Amino acid sequence: MSAEEKSMSIIVTKGSLDWAYPPFILATTAAAMGLPVTMFFTFYGLPLLLKDLKLQLTAAGNPAMKMPMMGAHMGLPNLLTAVPGVDAACTKMMKNLMSKKGVAPIEELRELAVEAEVRLIACQMTMDLFEYTLDDMIEGPELGGAATYIEVATQSDINLFI
Amino acid sequence: MADKTLDAKGMNCPLPILKAKKALKDVPTDGTLEILATDPGSVADFEAFCRQTGNELMEHSEDGGIYRFLIKKSA
Repeated sequence: MSAEEKSMSIIVTKGSLDWAYPPFILATTAAAMGLPVTMFFTFYGLPLLLKDLKLQLTAAGNPAMKMPMMGAHMGLPNLLTAVPGVDAACTKMMKNLMSKKGVAPIEELRELAVEAEVRLIACQMTMDLFEYTLDDMIEGPELGGAATYIEVATQSDINLFI
Repeated sequence: MADKTLDAKGMNCPLPILKAKKALKDVPTDGTLEILATDPGSVADFEAFCRQTGNELMEHSEDGGIYRFLIKKSA
């Protein structure tokens, strides 16, 4: 390993099914490549630490979301996303597509992150705000606030806000 | 013959790299790990992985959509 070992931190602010991927893929891959990694889960990223993950997707306000269907890439008009059941159907379709293409489920990536000793920090303020407790979360995360993150960031070579 | 073979066919990024990292733990120093993958992105990924971790990518080839990598584990 090179003496100048780089490190990485990621602030995770979003928790939908699609947005859960970039932080976990980057964190696990960086860890596999020898970097110490810290993930700070805040706001809508915090639910990614829940024991029971029920990640959802919506096509609403997602103009770039065009899924491969019947040989073309198709999006959904915003109005249709308000119809009950449409978001759940989109979520299911995405999960099926991911399974078909061999994309790891978030649960698996998260387990790999824990195994790889990625440091997981749950934002204390967000825990209070949304009334979560550590019992709701998987084993492993520590609690911390902004100062905890800032200290990590000053020592990290790569700091990402996702 | 590689010390260990990892079948990563059908797996998409980042699984081939993550599984390879795990598999390398069971390979002795200077031993080899053979990986079979179908993800075309894994070619660049394994090259980067080896550069970054100091393991040696001894061989890589492709045959009918299946990519084969041979990695030698350094210390």
